[in-house]
Amino acid sequence: ASCVQYRLVVRDVNTLQILQLYTCLDQIQYIEWSSDSLFILCAMYKRGIVQVWSLEQPDWHCKIDEGSAGLVASCWSPDGRHILNTTEFHLRITVWSLCTKSVSYIKYPKACQQGIAFTKDGRYMAVAERRDCKDFISIFVCSDWQLLRHFDAETQDLFGIEWAPNGCVLAVWDTCLEYKILLYSLDGRLLSTYRAYEWSLGIKSIAWSPSSQFLAIGSYDEKVRILNHVTWKKITEFEHPATIANTKTIVYKEVEKSPSVETERLSFPPTRALASSLFSTQSKYDISQVPVSLQYIKPVADRANPKMGIGMLAFSPDNCFLATKNDNIPNAVWIWDVQKLKLFVVLEQLCAIQSFQWDPRQPRLAVCTGNSKVYLWSPAGCVSVQVPMEGDFQIVSLSWHSSGDSMALLSKDNFCVCYLEREEV
Amino acid sequence: MGDWKTLTVPVLSSDSKNIFQYTSEKKVSPPSMNSQVLRLPLPSSKSMHSFFSAFCTEENIEQSISYLNRELTTLGFPSIYAESKGKELNLISIINCMNELLVLQHKNLRAQEEVEMQHLKLGSDMDHLQNCYAKLKVQKLQNIISSRATQYNHDMKRKEREYNKLKERLHQLVMNKKDKKIAMEVLNYVGRADGKRGAWRTDKTEARNEEEMYKVLLSDYEQRQKQLLVENAELKKVLQQMKKEIISLLPPQKQKPKERSEDGPVLSDLEEDIGELNKENMWELSCETVREQLTNSIRKQWRMLKNHVEKLDNQVSRVHSGALNEKDVISREDHELETEKLELEIQQCKEMIKTQQQLLQQQLMSPCDDDTTLLLQDCYLLEERERLQEEWRLFREQKKNFEKERRSFTEAAIRLGLERKAFEEDRGAWLKQQFLSMCTDYKHSENVTTPSAFLGSSDQDNRLVKSTSQQRKPHCMLSGPVSAEPCQTSQHITCNSSSAASKKPAGDSKPNQWVESDKEETE
Repeated sequence: ASCVQYRLVVRDVNTLQILQLYTCLDQIQYIEWSSDSLFILCAMYKRGIVQVWSLEQPDWHCKIDEGSAGLVASCWSPDGRHILNTTEFHLRITVWSLCTKSVSYIKYPKACQQGIAFTKDGRYMAVAERRDCKDFISIFVCSDWQLLRHFDAETQDLFGIEWAPNGCVLAVWDTCLEYKILLYSLDGRLLSTYRAYEWSLGIKSIAWSPSSQFLAIGSYDEKVRILNHVTWKKITEFEHPATIANTKTIVYKEVEKSPSVETERLSFPPTRALASSLFSTQSKYDISQVPVSLQYIKPVADRANPKMGIGMLAFSPDNCFLATKNDNIPNAVWIWDVQKLKLFVVLEQLCAIQSFQWDPRQPRLAVCTGNSKVYLWSPAGCVSVQVPMEGDFQIVSLSWHSSGDSMALLSKDNFCVCYLEREEV
Repeated sequence: MGDWKTLTVPVLSSDSKNIFQYTSEKKVSPPSMNSQVLRLPLPSSKSMHSFFSAFCTEENIEQSISYLNRELTTLGFPSIYAESKGKELNLISIINCMNELLVLQHKNLRAQEEVEMQHLKLGSDMDHLQNCYAKLKVQKLQNIISSRATQYNHDMKRKEREYNKLKERLHQLVMNKKDKKIAMEVLNYVGRADGKRGAWRTDKTEARNEEEMYKVLLSDYEQRQKQLLVENAELKKVLQQMKKEIISLLPPQKQKPKERSEDGPVLSDLEEDIGELNKENMWELSCETVREQLTNSIRKQWRMLKNHVEKLDNQVSRVHSGALNEKDVISREDHELETEKLELEIQQCKEMIKTQQQLLQQQLMSPCDDDTTLLLQDCYLLEERERLQEEWRLFREQKKNFEKERRSFTEAAIRLGLERKAFEEDRGAWLKQQFLSMCTDYKHSENVTTPSAFLGSSDQDNRLVKSTSQQRKPHCMLSGPVSAEPCQTSQHITCNSSSAASKKPAGDSKPNQWVESDKEETE
């Protein structure tokens, strides 16, 4: 599904044929599929309206109007029948039920990045709240929206919450001014607190390993700390230095192949084909010899939210690899071997990394850096794939298909689907 | 720029021979005349040997002296020239100046040392202070940060409270408005995902929810526990295996009775327990005491095994080295001893070589001495030979002389004899004459003419004697050597006297005498 302005276009994944076309009242800011893929919600924040469309019944429609309360965020509940709207100024979260048309309110939600977290199995929902300058966590049962537990979080200013994949532990971490991560069990008991250091900027991002064994914490000091689930103590630290000296690390460097067009044959205005071939230079990966020094950027010290530290963390689905990005070295993706707890591969790109995502089925990482190439890495090797488009296609983000056979590459205005062929066994 | 250095200064002038050879002098390069700043580098005496000739050579003695004089006078020292303003140098003043310069140099050195000490002290103080300062700075900054953090928190809380108030107001307004727009339009209700009907919220449901939650938690814990159990079981299995293998590796006999006797019953108990633990089903138990026992027993066994293995290693290494070559069976200590011995030997050999070299050198030197001695000896011999030759010569000469003298003596003796004969004949004749004359004396007065004739005849006699002596040489020669020398000399004297005497009488009767003498001789 994709939206264009105020239209929602639903395509088939395999053929990209338009299946449905819906028109909304206003420009759509956010769309989300329901968990059973039957409905799509389209949120229009400006108007404060959420419209829901059904795939099965194209005539079915639903509109939720928040009115003067405004709308800041909207999302599905895991059962696909409830929509949670966050009103403006985070006054409240309204839970609209599609089944019963009932409304529930959650008061005092916390205005933070990840204030709502659902467990993987969709049974419970944790909501971060703030009352009287104190943080609280409420755990709701998603089936009937009953408050299960309500406890206070010992954080100064809660920044985010995330459930472990096993649904039993909730990680709560503090604002970046304090390095503090709290681990609560499902029933609200504080299991452990972890604090790496004081004073400096703290946690930037966290990631649970798919088996819930490890919790990777990326911080502003360019390090990733891994906690284990038994003792919740740090097992190891991953450093991201600008110089890689370990001989066992493979460094793939993206190298541009020289364009085939000679400069003499340039004509003005350039033809389209010429332009595309000019701008889309081929590139390939070269293995750089260790030691390698990467491009290190020191951010301006007096600005807020500096571009430093570990900004992106992702575990591979088989729990073997961890991909990280150090914002100080924006062109590199670091892949760590979780079994050996060592740095495995570094991918050095020509441009800054925009996003990366693991294939949901296998340890395959797709990276996009804002140019028209998508980069794939797997333990077998890495490859740079040119998107065969005319004109500019700057991939800003990508998204894998759940089967791992294809992925959607998104640029600002367009998107394309990349199909990956499976090897015939 | 003037530099202070110790120089060897040559004798400045011919009339100042008493000046010490080594003095501290100002070494100035002739073109630079500034002597304002006195730098104090460390004196480097021996390296300046080459420089003194650069400053003052034989050609520019006068210039250098005058230059020095100028410099010293500018420094306030008295002039080194004598008051006569001539080329003469005032020795006393020079010495005084030098002494003053020495004293100055000492003072300056001391001052320099003090300054350096102070500098070092200050440097170390600085370092210390800097460290302290850095630490203090860090503490200060931390304090500042903490105070700022609290202030910030306070401010944030205040703002939040305000914000909350606003939100509440807004919320009230929103709620009160009862906007009809806040509604949900649904075409038709959507069935629940799981097909069930929605349930009311009741206490039952609450309880059920709690139950559910705990179930979830419990299931998670159970799962984890299962995993841990599996892990534990595996590890225990591994440990058991290890223990069995360790026990099997260890030699079966009781190696250390001492330990056994010390621990005694405890170990035996342990052994029993170990035996119990070795049973298959023991690893299923997981109570603490059993666990501890297991780990302790394994540790002990492991230690024993380690010692055993170390011993074996040593033995093996020895055996290996023994198998290769008997000479190589040297333990480390022996090897070290051997190496020491070898080193000593090497040293001794070296010393011997050195001494031999020395001796060789001496020998090389001594052949030169032998030559000289030989030469000397030769010289001596030559000298002696020459002396001997000279003496020989002398001896020969003397011999010749003696022979000559002897000859002359013999001749003289012959002459003397002859003359004596002649004289006797003359005497006889004279007596006869006298007798005759006495008879005839009264006839002639021949005495008057006889002295002159006597004299004259004496000469003739002499000549004649000589000639007769010459004639009588061989006879004299024969008779000469028979007579001894003192006899010769006495004869000589007597000869002389007799010759003298004989002259007189001989003169009287010359021809006759001769004839008579001849006759006497032949007779």
